[in-house]
Amino acid sequence: MSHEFAIVWAHKDRLLGGFANTILLSLLATAAALALASAIAIALMSHRRAVRAPARGFVDGMRCIPFLLLAYIVYYALPSLGIRLNNWTAGLCALVIYNAAYMAEILRGAWASLPREHIDAGLAFGFSGLKLYRRIVLPPIVLACVPVMGNQIIQIIKDSAFLTIIAVPELTHEASAIQSMYYVPFAAFVSAVALYWLLCRLVELAVAAVEHRARARR
Amino acid sequence: MPSHPARATADTAAHPSPLSGASERPVLEVDGIWKKFGDHDVLVDVSLSVRRGQTVCILGPSGSGKSTLLRCVNWLERPDHGHIYLSGQRIGFRQKSELPMSQAELAPIRARIGMVFQHFNLWPHLTVLGNLIEAPIFVQRRPREEVIAEAEALLEKIDLREKRDVYPARLSGGQKQRVAIARALAMRPSVLLFDEATSALDPELMGEVLVVMEELAKDGMTMVVVTHEMGFARDAADEIVFLDRGRVVEVSPPDKFFDVPKTERARQFLQRYGSSLRTGLRDVRASEARQ
Ligand SMILES: Nc1ncnc2c1ncn2[C@@H]1O[C@H](COP(=O)(O)OP(=O)(O)OP(=O)(O)O)[C@@H](O)[C@H]1O
Ligand SMILES: [Mg+2]
Repeated sequence: MSHEFAIVWAHKDRLLGGFANTILLSLLATAAALALASAIAIALMSHRRAVRAPARGFVDGMRCIPFLLLAYIVYYALPSLGIRLNNWTAGLCALVIYNAAYMAEILRGAWASLPREHIDAGLAFGFSGLKLYRRIVLPPIVLACVPVMGNQIIQIIKDSAFLTIIAVPELTHEASAIQSMYYVPFAAFVSAVALYWLLCRLVELAVAAVEHRARARR
Repeated sequence: MPSHPARATADTAAHPSPLSGASERPVLEVDGIWKKFGDHDVLVDVSLSVRRGQTVCILGPSGSGKSTLLRCVNWLERPDHGHIYLSGQRIGFRQKSELPMSQAELAPIRARIGMVFQHFNLWPHLTVLGNLIEAPIFVQRRPREEVIAEAEALLEKIDLREKRDVYPARLSGGQKQRVAIARALAMRPSVLLFDEATSALDPELMGEVLVVMEELAKDGMTMVVVTHEMGFARDAADEIVFLDRGRVVEVSPPDKFFDVPKTERARQFLQRYGSSLRTGLRDVRASEARQ
């Protein structure tokens, strides 16, 4: 058993390289998905049906597709439309698109329950359009859904493991490569699990710290 | 500017001749506003005008359309008919055309009309100072240092300097409303609208807000105040506008309105709400003097 772990240890650079990719993918995907979700949320809340309907269709659609299939589509099917991405970029795009849909729905829910008064005050003080959204609407709704967003970030981390199927060299992919080369499945996968656990713990701690600050404003 | 402008003796004219009296055009003119919600007439041909430095109090029973009237002034609610002018500029429609203004076009005009809400409506994600400087910096685009210095002076004035970096959730109702007033003043508005600024407060917290409002009136701020505090209206108003079922029933100076109301509706109203005359500012100041 310890012999197995010794083999994994000997290839720790590879494992940690995969871990670094997982962290980077998750960070970038979180930031981009949040930005995209903020835009989609505007469409979801639009009074105009022509704007709202496609956004609603996108969000509901994404929620019915397994992430694995979306990753396949972005990597293997988009090239037939003339869009060719390398596997790392394709994986990132899939993570962003998929999770933006969930995050947009979270933001929309928080927005719908934002007291009308805050927005009235914003309008009365001369805010309008995007400035009203960015300065007055978005900050309180983001603060309101910090815990749920935290869960979604953890979902992103776990979804990133699926990207092994399009050969993105992330943590699961590298663990799997080590185990198949040296046949050390237990040690390789347990090491990966420990690293995922560590990352998720860090995210949970960060979210708790942000939530603590958010609570001071409620 | 005189700190106590001459009180209007006649009904406020909706169309003051440019040659009349003060010669200056009123800061705010509401000219024949109508507003329906469904088939319910909420405002019927409402007109009033407010000159520089005047405090006009709008009184009226619950549901008489007072809030709707204030919300029409800054176009949070769109009147069905009628016009509103701010320093002579028509609000809501583009110059020389009947096309309605977009929200973006309304924004700079709204920024010149301060508004204080019944439920404070402070922005919860910003500190007290943040609430004060948000619109001057991001709407009026004034220099940050200047805005902060002015905001700190305002906090000093309302005696909340030590709450500068606190979030609104940590303030009492009275403190919140004083911050909300300071937030409106930070915009250097031409006119300040108050919608029942003290109704959501416990009686013991009302006084601190009424005192701030009265000082503003004395300093020559132009104000339109919807209130149920008859004591405040009598002491601070230059003019009372009595609204009933969406109509302006009476416009009088406060001494006339409270002592010899012209209409039966106003008499009935005063019988019902007149008791708060006794809990007006005089008592607040008297109790402060005792402390
Ligand atoms: N958005 C709305 N939709 C439908 N009806 C409304 C709306 N806003 C106000 N009303 C109705 O218009 C009437 C006047 O309301 P408004 O809030 O202006 O009265 P008010 O004089 O401010 O009363 P209060 O003293 O209770 O605040 C009321 O009958 C109210 O129910
Ligand atoms: Mg009201």
